[in-house]
Amino acid sequence: MTKPYSVLFGKAVRYIARLRGGGSALPGLFVETIDKNFVADTLAQLPRGVVIISGTNGKTTTTKMVVELLEGQGLRVFTNRTGSNFSRGVAAALLGEVDHRGRLNADIAVLELDEAHGVHFVDSIQPRFSLLLNVLRDQLDRFGEIDTTAKLLRHIAEATTDTVVVNREDPRLRAIGASLDKNIRYFGLADSLLATFPSDDDMHGSTARLATRPLADVTLQAVDKQQATFLIDKQTLHTSLELQGIYNIFNAAAALALVRSILGDSADTKQLIKTLSKVTPAFGRSESIIVAGQPCELVLVKNPSGFRLSLASFDPDEYATMIAINDNYADGRDMSWLWDIDFTSLAPHGVSAVGGIRAYDMALRLQYDEVPLTHIDTNLPATLKHFLSRHKDKPKRIYCTYTAMLTLRRELAKYGHVKDVS
Amino acid sequence: MTKQLTILQLYARNMNIYGDYGNVLVLRRRAEWHGYDVRVIEYNPGDTFPADVDIIVGGGGQDSGQDKIKTDLHKIGATLRELAENDTPMLVICGLYQLFGKSFTTQDGHIIEGINLLDIETIAGPERLIGNIITRSDEFGDIIGYENHSGQTYLGTLVHPLGTVMRGAGNNSRDDHEGARYRNIIGSYLHGSLLPKNPAIADWLIEQAATKKFGNFTPTVIDDRFAQLARKYAIQRPR
Repeated sequence: MTKPYSVLFGKAVRYIARLRGGGSALPGLFVETIDKNFVADTLAQLPRGVVIISGTNGKTTTTKMVVELLEGQGLRVFTNRTGSNFSRGVAAALLGEVDHRGRLNADIAVLELDEAHGVHFVDSIQPRFSLLLNVLRDQLDRFGEIDTTAKLLRHIAEATTDTVVVNREDPRLRAIGASLDKNIRYFGLADSLLATFPSDDDMHGSTARLATRPLADVTLQAVDKQQATFLIDKQTLHTSLELQGIYNIFNAAAALALVRSILGDSADTKQLIKTLSKVTPAFGRSESIIVAGQPCELVLVKNPSGFRLSLASFDPDEYATMIAINDNYADGRDMSWLWDIDFTSLAPHGVSAVGGIRAYDMALRLQYDEVPLTHIDTNLPATLKHFLSRHKDKPKRIYCTYTAMLTLRRELAKYGHVKDVS
Repeated sequence: MTKQLTILQLYARNMNIYGDYGNVLVLRRRAEWHGYDVRVIEYNPGDTFPADVDIIVGGGGQDSGQDKIKTDLHKIGATLRELAENDTPMLVICGLYQLFGKSFTTQDGHIIEGINLLDIETIAGPERLIGNIITRSDEFGDIIGYENHSGQTYLGTLVHPLGTVMRGAGNNSRDDHEGARYRNIIGSYLHGSLLPKNPAIADWLIEQAATKKFGNFTPTVIDDRFAQLARKYAIQRPR
């Protein structure tokens, strides 16, 4: 049972922190310090338990999809929307949702879990369901190796009490699925789409995928811009989507498979597809901001696979393109990843501006793919200003790493309307 | 008549996960800019080893990738040693740098034999050596890259270091050596990728290949301003 005073004090700190415009982690740290079981005790009240979503790419948008899909089926869902430091972020988010006696008004918790934090979290709070999205090369200098990341995800899967939902097309995750003695459900791609999603293992070599893959509960059959076809229960379902990008649409298959596992026979598939068609991307994940009457799209790129899929998803024709590369801790310090992406698709239209701390690493990369480039500056606000003023009458697209995106959003707020997510 | 150079990428499928493909791309482009007709071939386990190879490039990989190529590497070991003794230029990074050596001793004491082309030995270490690195070489000036390895490599008497570590770890946690040089072979732990920000090494490899095959090398002036500026910013960054 949660101590009532920790909730009251925590709520007070949260209120003060908000007045000061501070981050969401401080009140969480406070309540965790005075009551270390606060998160576990509060989540233990939930009748449908805890759901964990993890993987290297697409967690935030997938979590958003799962939450909206469950809400569309009438469930009350608790989630960690702001994406700050994990455990404290959850504590802070819980403080915002519980009443003064520590009761949470929800049926189920759906949490986005960074694989690095996952191990500790699932040791104290066992998820009933988990979804493993992918293991792509991401900030390798933080974790060392892809195989290490896969081990962290295996730990989450092993702690799961009911069902683990696994990406059938990711060789490391498929191996985890095959080795676990639990309920495993898969989501996957039709054979015709496999070549669109190269794994890091077959990035440059020719693809040799296994012919025998387990059956998938939800399969993405076809994608055409913002239209998608899913195969669910031998039923072919076609829908339009607000989401852009093939990778987001594949994650929609993941979200559908997870929600179908959670709901079992009570799932209303038609309603799920209807809800899915209205889901919009999460903060910073290819959002569009209107500047002087023209859209300016921010596309978050974190690793080679994500960048390649983004380049394949968005047509550079009619758009002015900018790239912003930082190497802060949250972006990953290693620039090697830029050399695992083929930029030749940008060559016909060129790149208008390159900014960020490692602007010259990016410029160097483009030089070797013979992509024309007009403006380079490590000062990101200045690069953005130049880019916006040079292409006033054109839609614009900026590929950016995580901390570059934070700077760009802050700067863009001076020029246009940026949705507040705090 | 156009002069053709053939670049062989060793184990492209299993051993190039940290952007080492950048090395192949830079060699290809710079050789083209220097006026050569360039052919790039991939070699993967089970393939027939091609005749007529002018430059050999190999990268790093996951432990699982190394397992997949180990047996095959020993099958082509004699061929690679012969090419090395004939002064074929080679660049091997990280995982293949280790396997070109005499042996790799794993954490549990298990010894994996290398192909004994380089007089080096590697022992798995408890810590991962990760971060930006700067080394200094008499041949190539300052070499700038990014290291990410747990193997501790020690040089024998038949090789000498590629560079002296100015910042970072290099071959191991004890001495200040990074990489190994033997005949026209360069072994190194540096990703980044290595060659884009160190074009002097790329041009040296092309020069050795061209001189060996055609008797001469006449370089073109290449605009390396982006490489110079990328180096300038890289050396200011935290480890």
